[in-house]
Amino acid sequence: MSTLTGSAGRESRRSILPWLAVPALLFFVGFAVVPLVGVFVLSFTTWDGIGTIHPSGLTSWRAVLTNPGLPHALWVTFLVMAVSWAVQTPASILLGTFLAGRQRYRAVLSLIYFVPLLLSSAAIAVAYRALLDPNFGLGAGLGFEWLSKDWLGRPWLAFGVVVFVVSWQFVPFHSLIYQGGVQQIPQSLYEAAQLDGAGQIRQFFSITLPQLKYTIITSSTLMVIGSLTFFDLIFVLTEGGPGDATRVLALDMYKRGFQADLMGPASAIAVILVLMGLAIALLLRRLGGRDAGESQLEGA
Amino acid sequence: MALSRRTLLGLAAGVPASAALAACGSSGPSKGDGTATYWHLSGQPQEGVRTGAVERFNEANPKGQIKVTTFENDAYKTKIKTAIGAGKAPTVIWGWGGGTLRTYVEAKQVDDLTPWFDENPDIKNRLFPSSFGAATVDGRIYAMPFESVEPIVLFYNKKVFADVGVEPPRSWNDIMALVPKFNAEGIAPFSLGGQSRWTNMMWLEFLFDRIGGPEVFQAVFDGEKDAWSHPAAIEALTKVQDLVKANGFIKGFSSITADSNADQALLYTGKAAMMLHGSWSYGIQQTEGGDFVSSGGLGFMNFPPVEGGKGDPGNSVGNPAQYLSISSKASAKQKEIAKDFFATGVLADNEVKEWIDTGAVPIRKGSEKLLAESKSSEFLQFVYGIASNAKAFGQSWDQALSPTAAETLLDNIAKLFQLSISPRQFTENLNKVIGK
Repeated sequence: MSTLTGSAGRESRRSILPWLAVPALLFFVGFAVVPLVGVFVLSFTTWDGIGTIHPSGLTSWRAVLTNPGLPHALWVTFLVMAVSWAVQTPASILLGTFLAGRQRYRAVLSLIYFVPLLLSSAAIAVAYRALLDPNFGLGAGLGFEWLSKDWLGRPWLAFGVVVFVVSWQFVPFHSLIYQGGVQQIPQSLYEAAQLDGAGQIRQFFSITLPQLKYTIITSSTLMVIGSLTFFDLIFVLTEGGPGDATRVLALDMYKRGFQADLMGPASAIAVILVLMGLAIALLLRRLGGRDAGESQLEGA
Repeated sequence: MALSRRTLLGLAAGVPASAALAACGSSGPSKGDGTATYWHLSGQPQEGVRTGAVERFNEANPKGQIKVTTFENDAYKTKIKTAIGAGKAPTVIWGWGGGTLRTYVEAKQVDDLTPWFDENPDIKNRLFPSSFGAATVDGRIYAMPFESVEPIVLFYNKKVFADVGVEPPRSWNDIMALVPKFNAEGIAPFSLGGQSRWTNMMWLEFLFDRIGGPEVFQAVFDGEKDAWSHPAAIEALTKVQDLVKANGFIKGFSSITADSNADQALLYTGKAAMMLHGSWSYGIQQTEGGDFVSSGGLGFMNFPPVEGGKGDPGNSVGNPAQYLSISSKASAKQKEIAKDFFATGVLADNEVKEWIDTGAVPIRKGSEKLLAESKSSEFLQFVYGIASNAKAFGQSWDQALSPTAAETLLDNIAKLFQLSISPRQFTENLNKVIGK
């Protein structure tokens, strides 16, 4: 957080500051608020994406809410969210803590760990799909029978692969956040702990982890909200399959809108997604307490 | 993060970018312009043939030019729909006819070509009559059929059959009898790219036809209530599940996609003995399978009859042709260029020859001699025979139905092949979207 203090220029800066937000605000209105309102309006219509838009009241909402596909997609979305959070968070904290050390080799390692994040989701999905191919993939190529499973063809295996690939892609990013968080922890705390005879593990659980509380909340918010929008990776990897085993809400929205020509119901799902994202973000902020947004450095 | 000069500059740079983004839509057709636009699919060898035809037309007509833009298959499907919805369609719209064409027609986005065909009967008469079905909506023709006919064919690996010492199947019972024999040798009886879903659909298309005749799906297409519950449909759905249960398909077929051509590779590498696929597969096996095709390894036949079935064993399914429509939003001049192109540029002698070279059968009548001279003559004549002799040539279901019904169909087919729904549940789910 920037702290634009300093008493001398305070008055003049105050008068300029709001104007600096104008371009960003215009962007936000143009690319977020306007489409959002549009989607909301569309959810009360019937439209095949080509012909005329017919206002149809609650028809689209009723179609979505009574369709058994919705609870299933919600369940899959929730599972992906929860499981990938549970896998990524411990991994990222441990990796981040490890990488926060000062040795030069760790800097090199952190660069290498960072690579998956630089690749596009679509490219990652294509690569994994090729590697996991039961007949021509890695398992068949190396002659490992245990590796040559029908990874993307069995519901639970496919779900596991999705969580694994998502984690593989995003753990580097969250490690980076935790690395930063750990480096912010005042060295004096560790020195005091060492004087009291606390070991590495004790230090981790008594100092590092509690001090990372707000980093955990930030990272979790990003993970959870981000998982609502998983689309490209799953679309290329499994297309929501096998059957609808990995058909998350965002994919369900795309399929209804652009493949089945049902723009009304697709818009209704989009609205549901927005509301879920808002609700979860608010909930996580609550969990973090009122002071979550404040700087932790002062008084440390 | 403190505000720095650089971030400010970044923001300032962002404003023109947003203006440019907002202007994206203006790249569509500009009214009154003397140039017609034409979007079609990329990917060789077909792209070269399509583009070549336009280039020759442009050379011959300096005053009426056509500008081509190409797209990758799946991207095109979304892009063209969005463009038409936004009133920014190209003059000439490349498509598959059927249910999607119907949505264009109902939205009044494409021109009725019936009067034009009536004025130019020789254009209509030189094409396969069967190709007009998918171009016709409520008795009016809205698209010009062109390119090639693509029936679904049962391909097999002759070498594998010889090794195992068995003969190609002559009936459904033969197929079921072959399954354990190939499995015992560690060879998958059938290759299948099941993740793509339409690949599974081809099995149902044939089984429905062979067991109950073309009327069974026709009833669905015509929107008859509970048409999917026909006894022949239940029997066909049960038979396909029997084949899945007997391990008739390659291990892991649900995770194999057709667009990676992994299913084709399974056949030409001998990991699978047979494959039900579109006739375009021939060209793929020819280019990717090494000497598999040239050494006579690839066998092909029409789908065999089912014991006691009503359908004519000569019937076929697949793509009767590809289709060109004219956007109703185009200017008079653009429409005129497009019709000129349809009359003089489409399926001209050069193009017909080029299609044959790619291993495809163009839908123009009287090309038998050229087919016989081609290096793939055996296959091309086989396809020509199917296309011209089939009493019924059903259009691929996902193309024939509306996108809404097709998506439900494909979803349920995937589940049927995974054995996660029964034939009854399949018919119940699909009866709900009949006519939608």
